[in-house]
Amino acid sequence: MRRSMLFLPGNTPNVIQNGDVLGADAVIFDLEDAVAPDQKDAARILVRNAMTFLDFSRVETIVRINSVDTPFWKKDLDTILPLKPTLIMPPKTSAAQDVLTVDAYMSQLEDKLGMARNTVRLIPLIETALGLENAFQIAAASSRVAALFLGAEDLTADLRCKRTKEGEEIAYARARMVAAARAAGVDVYDTPFTDVNDDEGIRVDTEKAKSLGFTGKASISPRHVPVINEVFSPSQRDIDYAYEVMEAIRIAKEQGRGAIALRGKMIDAPIVNRAKQTIEAAEELGLGRSDI
Amino acid sequence: MSEVLKPASAGTMESSDALVELEPAQGHQIQLTSVVEAQFGDAIRAVAEELLDRFGLTDVCLRIDDRGALECVLRARIETAILRAKGEN
Repeated sequence: MRRSMLFLPGNTPNVIQNGDVLGADAVIFDLEDAVAPDQKDAARILVRNAMTFLDFSRVETIVRINSVDTPFWKKDLDTILPLKPTLIMPPKTSAAQDVLTVDAYMSQLEDKLGMARNTVRLIPLIETALGLENAFQIAAASSRVAALFLGAEDLTADLRCKRTKEGEEIAYARARMVAAARAAGVDVYDTPFTDVNDDEGIRVDTEKAKSLGFTGKASISPRHVPVINEVFSPSQRDIDYAYEVMEAIRIAKEQGRGAIALRGKMIDAPIVNRAKQTIEAAEELGLGRSDI
Repeated sequence: MSEVLKPASAGTMESSDALVELEPAQGHQIQLTSVVEAQFGDAIRAVAEELLDRFGLTDVCLRIDDRGALECVLRARIETAILRAKGEN
C-alpha cells in the first residue's frame, strides 16, 4: 500500500543512504529539480549505485527523471531502468504525447534488456495548466500509467497565482486530478506540503487530500511521513464498520434477504465496495478488527 | 596510455560524501585523505585502483578527500570524475 512518497535529492548521499528507514512507503530519487544541471551525471550514477548496493527492499522506489524537453531524460532511463524501480516519474507531463514518448523509449529499453513490457510503470507529474486540463488523457494514454501526481508549486507558478498553506488556489486542480485518475482507473497522489515545521498544517492539508479521494501524498520531509501514513490508513472505526458491513451482507444472503440495513442505514453497492477496500487496505497494513 | 583529456572532479565535502579530483600525471598515484583511513584506507585505495583499471587509466593522479562515504558513494564519485575527465559524462 502506497500512502506516502518521500522525495530524496538525487545527489545527496547522506539523505539517500537513509531512505529506507524514514517510514515512507515509497522513496522518490529526484534527478530533476533537486539536482543542478551540471550535476545531472553525478546524481544519475549515485542513484544507480545506491539502488544497486543499498537495501531498499522495504520501500518502493520511484525515480523522478528529467522532462522530455531536456537532453537528460534518455540517459536517466538508460541508467535507471535496468534496476527495475517500481515507478518512473516524468515531470512536467502536459499531454498524452509526453507519456507516449517516454513509454516508447521504455519499451525499447525493456526489449533490449530482456525485460517484460511494462515491468516499470509510470507516475506522470502534472504541474502545468495544460497538463491539468489534459489529466484524463495523460492517465489513459498508456497501460504503463499507474498513477497521477499533482505538483502544485510549478502549477501555481504557471497559473500565476500565489501558493498558500490553505490551498484554495489548487482546489480545482485537486478535484480535477482525482476525477481524471479515477476515471482512468489509476491512483492519484497529492502535492507535498512545503512548510517542514508546521505540524498542524501538514495534518490539515493531508486530511483535505484524503477527503477529496487522493490515494496518498508526497512529502519533501521525513517529518511529514508519519502523519501522511496515519491519515491515509483506515481508522479502527472504519475497519470495524467494514467488517460489520460484510457480516451483515453474509447474514442477509444466508437468510435470502435482498434489502440489507445496518444501524438503520441501507447497505448498497457503494458501501459494500468501500468496506471491501477498507478491509483490503487494513489487511495489507496488518490491521484487524478490534476485540469488541 | 592514459586517455584523460582534462582535469575533473566530482562529489562534495559534505558528510557521507567524498570529493574526488583527477588530473593527468606521469604514472598513477592515489592520494587519500580520510577520517577512517586507518580502518578503511586499503579498501578505499583498492576501489580506486579497480575503477582506474576498469577505465584503462594509467597516467593519472587521483585525490580523494573522503568524508565517511559508503563504498557505493565512493564508487559513484570516482566514476563520475573519470567520465568527466574523459569527456564522456
